[in-house]
Amino acid sequence: MLPAFSYVRPTTLGEAIRLAGRKGAHIHAGGTDLLGCLRDQVLGAETLVSITGLSELRGIAPARDGGLRLGALTTIAEVAADPTIRGRYAGLAEAASQVASPQLRNQGTLGGNLCQKPRCWYYRGDFHCLRKGGEMCFAAEGESQGHAIFGGDRCFAVHPSDTAPVLAALGATVRIAGAAGTRTIPVEQLLVPAGTNPQRETVLEPGEILTEVVLPPPAAGLRSSYRKVRARAVWDFALVGVALALRLEGGVARQVRVFLSGVAAVPWRHPGIEAALTGKPLDASIIAAASVAAAKGAEPLGKNAYKVELLRGLMTEELERLARG
Amino acid sequence: MSDDNVTRHLTRRGFLTTVGVGAAGVAALGPTPAEAAPPAVTEEGDMLRVVLKVNGREHRLLVEPRWTLLFVLRERLGLTGSKAGCERGECGACTVLVDGVPRYACMTLAAEAQGHEITTVEGLMDGEQLGPVQKAFAEHDAFQCGYCTPGQIMAAEGLLRATPAPGREEVRLGMSGNICRCGAYAHIVQAVEKAAGLRQGGGR
Repeated sequence: MLPAFSYVRPTTLGEAIRLAGRKGAHIHAGGTDLLGCLRDQVLGAETLVSITGLSELRGIAPARDGGLRLGALTTIAEVAADPTIRGRYAGLAEAASQVASPQLRNQGTLGGNLCQKPRCWYYRGDFHCLRKGGEMCFAAEGESQGHAIFGGDRCFAVHPSDTAPVLAALGATVRIAGAAGTRTIPVEQLLVPAGTNPQRETVLEPGEILTEVVLPPPAAGLRSSYRKVRARAVWDFALVGVALALRLEGGVARQVRVFLSGVAAVPWRHPGIEAALTGKPLDASIIAAASVAAAKGAEPLGKNAYKVELLRGLMTEELERLARG
Repeated sequence: MSDDNVTRHLTRRGFLTTVGVGAAGVAALGPTPAEAAPPAVTEEGDMLRVVLKVNGREHRLLVEPRWTLLFVLRERLGLTGSKAGCERGECGACTVLVDGVPRYACMTLAAEAQGHEITTVEGLMDGEQLGPVQKAFAEHDAFQCGYCTPGQIMAAEGLLRATPAPGREEVRLGMSGNICRCGAYAHIVQAVEKAAGLRQGGGR
């Protein structure tokens, strides 16, 4: 049985914002992460504010500029199956189809996937760790197999989202509604690096609700991809994942954006890989150079050096796949 | 035949069958009245009035906000086909259909199931007869202990409603949200393929 809480399901966004701003309130969308967090007492909730009654936050629609608007309550399964996304933003469809299990994809939402809590086994387990307000990160000197190799700073938990890295690579933005109005920020700036604040995952303030993800119109020759490696072939979180977005112009890579999952507290942008590819043809020697560049800057912990090799191999395979089209 | 006639001579099995029969009769009803008036903020421990439509039948219930759909199905409605395994979205034993697609009842609040069509394994019966997916699982020995089976069957039912003639890989992926600790996976895949044929009237 879950700990007790009160529950409200407002019918307007304004009411949802007002209620979500109260102390002890948590937003319920798909619930697949929230209920697990409540059960594990990762967080406590006095009130759940369910936003599932806000039908305006659901669905996929073309944007005026030729991009695509995805309501925050759109399910991961809907994202994975959408023909426009599969055709024009293939990396996002690939990421969505690799999230969790069929049942969880039918229930989990895109907004929730971006706002989920880390899966660090200390954080989810019975440890009063730094991210939960304690004194230390137990992974730093402990069982660090699933932890960060980039940007770790006091906390080494990694962000579990598959959609966030590819949305960041595609240059997507999120709309955030709050009491003071709405703001729009790049997905890249939604999540908080460990070095900035190891005790919060997103820049959302109490009472703010992520309402929409907006994809820019696809540039000519845009190719995107996402693939993660897991301990098992399905249903698991990324050990390492690679999100790529680039334009191929006469066989030459332009506007290369590379974001990694499973390696940092945020989707980890890797400028070294981007530099190794930009303005170059995606041939074997360039791909090999990008794979070498991938390891640069990695700072593995005691038990996760394998992630560096995994990243290099995955980078090679994914670039070869993208080059083949 | 009215429901009263059926329920007069109730055995537990008869009751479950009745629930299954009801599915066809009332499936066409519109949104429930509960949709129109969402619950107000409740204090801790307060009960919410909900109307849950399960296997075609409407149930008016008082639920605690923290009760999951799985808890209500099993402990309030007596529909014990759906099983509690991990109760954290990691095993699939509690799989039910919500508006025709498989979801974990353990990760769904009962309050959130309002206004949706819930189908449990009991709802797949055709009178006293097993439905095609149930029949295929029995014929192919697609279980050992059987604990995960209702969830497996509901995952298969959901898969086949969306993809009536799946290939082998589609079956494996479609069933990947359900764990069988006895390891009956090979037979499960065969059963789902057989069920696809049965559902399409392929016989055998």
